[in-house]
Amino acid sequence: MVVFPVDPIAVFGHWLELFEPMSAPNKSYDPVEVTSLHPDEVARVRADALAAIEAASSLDELKQVRLAHAGDRSPLALANREIGALPPHAKAEAGKRVGGARRDVSEALKRRQAELEDERDQRVLVEEAVDVTLPWDRAPRGARHPLTTIAERMTDVFVSMGFEIAEGPEVEAEWFNFDALNFPPAHPAREMQDTFFVESEESGLVLRTHTSPMQIRALLSRELPVYVVCAGKTFRTDELDATHSPVFHQMEGLVVDEGITMADLRGAIDAFVVGMFGEGLRTRFRPYFFPFTEPSGEVDMECFVCRGASAEPGGEPCRTCRSEGWIELGGCGMVNPRVLIACGVDPERYSGWAFGLGVERTLMFRHGVEDMHDMVEGDVRFTRAFGMEI
Amino acid sequence: MRVPISWLREYAELPAEATPREIARRLIAAGLEVETIDELGADLTGPLVVGRVLAVEELTEFKKPIRYCQVDIGNPEPQNIVCGATNFAEGDLVVVVLPGGVLPGGFEISARKTYGKVSEGMICSERELGMGEGHEGILVLPESSGVPGQDAIELLRLRDDVLDLAITPDRGYTASVRGVAREAATAFGVPFHDPAADVPPAETAESYPASIADPAACSRYVLREVRDLDPAAPSPIWMVRRLQKCGVRSISLAVDITNYLMLELGQPLHAWDRGKLSGPIVVRRAERGERMETLDHVVRDLDPEDVLITDESGPVNIAGVMGGLTTEIDEKSTDIVIEAAHFSPEAIGRTARRHKLHSDSSYRFERGIDHELQRQAAATAVRLLAELGGARIVLGETNLRAPVEAVTITIRADHPDRVAGMSYGRDTVVRRLRDVGCGVSGEDVLTVTPPSWRPDLRDPNDLAEEVIRLEGYENIPAHAPRSVAGRGLTPGQRLRRRVGRALAAAGHVEVLDYPFVSEGDWDSLQLPADDDRRHALRLANPLTGEEPLLRTTLLPGLFRALGRNVGRGFGDVALYEIGLVYRPKRTSSGEAVPPPPRLSVDRGPTAEELAAVEAALPDQPVRVGVVLAGDREPAGWWGTGRPANWADAIEAARVVADEAGVELQVKADRHAPWHPGRCAALLVGDVLVGHAGELHPRVIKAYDLPARTCAMELDLTRVESQAVDVVPAPDITTYPVATQDVALIVPETVPAADVEAALREGVARHGAGELLESIRLFDLYTGEQAGEGNKSLAYTMRFRAADRTLTVEETTGARDAAVAEASERVGAVLRGG
Repeated sequence: MVVFPVDPIAVFGHWLELFEPMSAPNKSYDPVEVTSLHPDEVARVRADALAAIEAASSLDELKQVRLAHAGDRSPLALANREIGALPPHAKAEAGKRVGGARRDVSEALKRRQAELEDERDQRVLVEEAVDVTLPWDRAPRGARHPLTTIAERMTDVFVSMGFEIAEGPEVEAEWFNFDALNFPPAHPAREMQDTFFVESEESGLVLRTHTSPMQIRALLSRELPVYVVCAGKTFRTDELDATHSPVFHQMEGLVVDEGITMADLRGAIDAFVVGMFGEGLRTRFRPYFFPFTEPSGEVDMECFVCRGASAEPGGEPCRTCRSEGWIELGGCGMVNPRVLIACGVDPERYSGWAFGLGVERTLMFRHGVEDMHDMVEGDVRFTRAFGMEI
Repeated sequence: MRVPISWLREYAELPAEATPREIARRLIAAGLEVETIDELGADLTGPLVVGRVLAVEELTEFKKPIRYCQVDIGNPEPQNIVCGATNFAEGDLVVVVLPGGVLPGGFEISARKTYGKVSEGMICSERELGMGEGHEGILVLPESSGVPGQDAIELLRLRDDVLDLAITPDRGYTASVRGVAREAATAFGVPFHDPAADVPPAETAESYPASIADPAACSRYVLREVRDLDPAAPSPIWMVRRLQKCGVRSISLAVDITNYLMLELGQPLHAWDRGKLSGPIVVRRAERGERMETLDHVVRDLDPEDVLITDESGPVNIAGVMGGLTTEIDEKSTDIVIEAAHFSPEAIGRTARRHKLHSDSSYRFERGIDHELQRQAAATAVRLLAELGGARIVLGETNLRAPVEAVTITIRADHPDRVAGMSYGRDTVVRRLRDVGCGVSGEDVLTVTPPSWRPDLRDPNDLAEEVIRLEGYENIPAHAPRSVAGRGLTPGQRLRRRVGRALAAAGHVEVLDYPFVSEGDWDSLQLPADDDRRHALRLANPLTGEEPLLRTTLLPGLFRALGRNVGRGFGDVALYEIGLVYRPKRTSSGEAVPPPPRLSVDRGPTAEELAAVEAALPDQPVRVGVVLAGDREPAGWWGTGRPANWADAIEAARVVADEAGVELQVKADRHAPWHPGRCAALLVGDVLVGHAGELHPRVIKAYDLPARTCAMELDLTRVESQAVDVVPAPDITTYPVATQDVALIVPETVPAADVEAALREGVARHGAGELLESIRLFDLYTGEQAGEGNKSLAYTMRFRAADRTLTVEETTGARDAAVAEASERVGAVLRGG
């Protein structure tokens, strides 16, 4: 903050005037003899004062002028004292004359004071100018990982629809990760997900291969109907390369309620696509297989960059969808009644849907991340680029 | 599974104008995952003709053997062609590309002079024709497979489109041309001709003797035989070409026929040299200690669960997975036994995984094959051996059958409607189920018998999916989501988000590390031998043997992330991670907890069962870790930088505590991996929540970190449990503040926190606790005036009352009481007093 020097006269000038001592009544007055109250004299003194004020070229000079022409000993102040001694009929006229002159002087002082302060401020502010282009990076920026923030954004689309966020362990019992999700023992479906087993083989514990065990946990721990979404770390025995990582993230939503159909599933996915990628994007469903949903499907969405134009003949190539016009979004389906049974839910009364997708993949196509390494190595340049929210 | 469209069209009457792309699109819409379309020969241009080599002149003046050949291509004059290969002879049939032709890859052929001769074209190898990587050298066609001048593009079916399908585990039947053709025919609404439609008449006589010892392992076992096969009979070109297009190498006629029928029908077949079998065949489980050498020349120790085909000599095959070396067909085999069986999918799957031996055969068996196909497949095999190899079919057939559980499914006719959320109507449902091959009867309630090739159809929803997919997933409407009353995020979920934001706002960058660590990490962290953090879960199949353990602390991962950043030129870094650690539980006697019970899936678990599962899981608290190195504030034109120090690590913990609304107590502690003199234990109330400070120099060395690296690790789950949910509002009073400064000299070893606590206690005892608004250390001095071994701590105490202006006597009294207490407790002496 810039502190301006305070001129006490500027602040207190008028106030001091109130305390000017008055001269005593003059018993032997003679109006003719009181020359200081003569109209010509008042006009002259006033003109002198105004000229001096105008001529003051600095606040200091103006201070002197103020003392000389508006101070206690100034001609107008002295003249003012004489008024009290006048006979009543003369008082009014003389008072009007002197008062008018003093008012004019006071206003001129005020105006000149303001002008000179402006000039001074202009000068001082220029002198105080700094180079605002100097870099000021004393407080290094932090950032949240884009996988964290995009997963929050994804789950929040569902939270805004009234879903709650479910959480659970990463080291999971096989029963939750496989059996209850209708992966029979020795079924090739278990092979689809290359699993990290906790030693020994009989431990019955795995690193969860998907977030789907949360479906079981939600159904076992919550009252029906269930509307939950879950995002978290998942693990498969893939070596790290440009598109794979042994540790990655999934998000999935689960609904179990009365009368839920595939049409509800489509509606929810469409709402998610709008929330995440904007209005007006089409989605399409293809049959697929997951043990825990039946029927199962995979869902694609229209490319949010080219909106399908790149796949048309003669269309400009699109990097986001590799000119296919569609982006593979994730897997989905109707909760397999066998899953409901394993959770003690009556499949005659309740049905549901589940929808899941990869967080890394979503970050990759939404933001053009080319290489999985960037997301796992913790390079501050990568993370800082995304800031606090995305 | 690779499916040539030319083969597909043989069984599905697809419209001639249907492009491969359109066929793929419709199959995808029906749920078959077509990954790619290979357009074989798309860039191949003739003339490409069959030629007969009339004469070969060896040119010997070059570094390698060069042949100058005269080739009959059906013209009056032979074609003169220079060739660098030598694997053919005069009289052989070859393929010749003539000038003007273009081979795959864009190789244009013209008449040109080479090795001193003009070559009018080129004699082609398999690779040059885009047929496969089969073998080096010139492609020599079987005698009588063509005549000179014949178009070789047509003869070798060099132009074809091949669909590459990824088979989902529920659709084993599409691992065959038969299965894909059925789907294609349904997708186009055209007739399908089943290659397995002709069921051979029952044979009266038994063929090779066999028996099933374990009916659970094998429900169908069919054997047929041929004699007097011409072992030199070549596989016909059309068969070789189809195998090649499916990615299968031609080996010999007998083996090619078994592979061909497996691709066409989906039924794996095995062929033995009958002369190498000894005695009757028995299908049984392995005995303990049994071993056999499989066709891939690996001697395998068999497991009692493995299903074997055995004869009197012992195991001859690992059933459905791979044959044994001892009974392999060779170039002299004339008498052949063909096996077509149905083995238990679970048994084959287990065996394939156990031996890490995945074959085309085991792939199909473990997905479930048609259990009524064995007789047709075996009969077709012997017929082809007879037709193509001159063999004599032995009358009779061994046909063993164990009962297969009959599946019928009852569904309401509107069940698919209720699953999809749209109306199909009963007639559509029945028609679609029949398209799939189901037997259907009933009106409002349907009784459905799935076909023998669809073991995946078991439940009403399986049938609903069939109807819905054939009617088109794309036709399902979208219903706007129902509005539900959710409660939003839990306090813990909100806290974790806030903690992340606050740490980032304070300049920390989030990393997400792998949770894999090694025993070496425990040593690098200087953990004592009995430190509980050494008690970690171990992976049975880690990615690298070097990091088989699951983390019990976030720090090693943070150190590695820091190291990577330093290595890339970012030495001034503050990183944080929020994640789980895994702490195995132990019983009260210190032993490992028992594994979780395998619960049933045909009912919901009881509370006790669930508790037993949970008890077996490790504790998995949420931790937050921070690591700081280099300058916390960089040097710049404003002056010097400020290196990160132990206090920044504690401050990071305080940022977390502030978000939780709890007050962090700091105590000196000695705890690995921190510097013993610069380590703080962090408490909330009486609960230890973590540690912070500067790292032990040995830890810094072990992880190759910058000197004076600092770190913090906090158990967020514990902090959460202490968090304040509803903050009570403070009373704000506008009476003036009265301040009192005191400088106290104490021994250097006295913690500042103790001095402050004593001052507070003194004020409280004086009855002025409510008046003390704050107490703040504003100066720390060590030096001559404090005296040897002492330090001077200067505090500002601010007093304020809610209802009056305090008098000097009141605040002085409170101050004196505070100093007296400090004197009493920590030997403080008022400086200058």
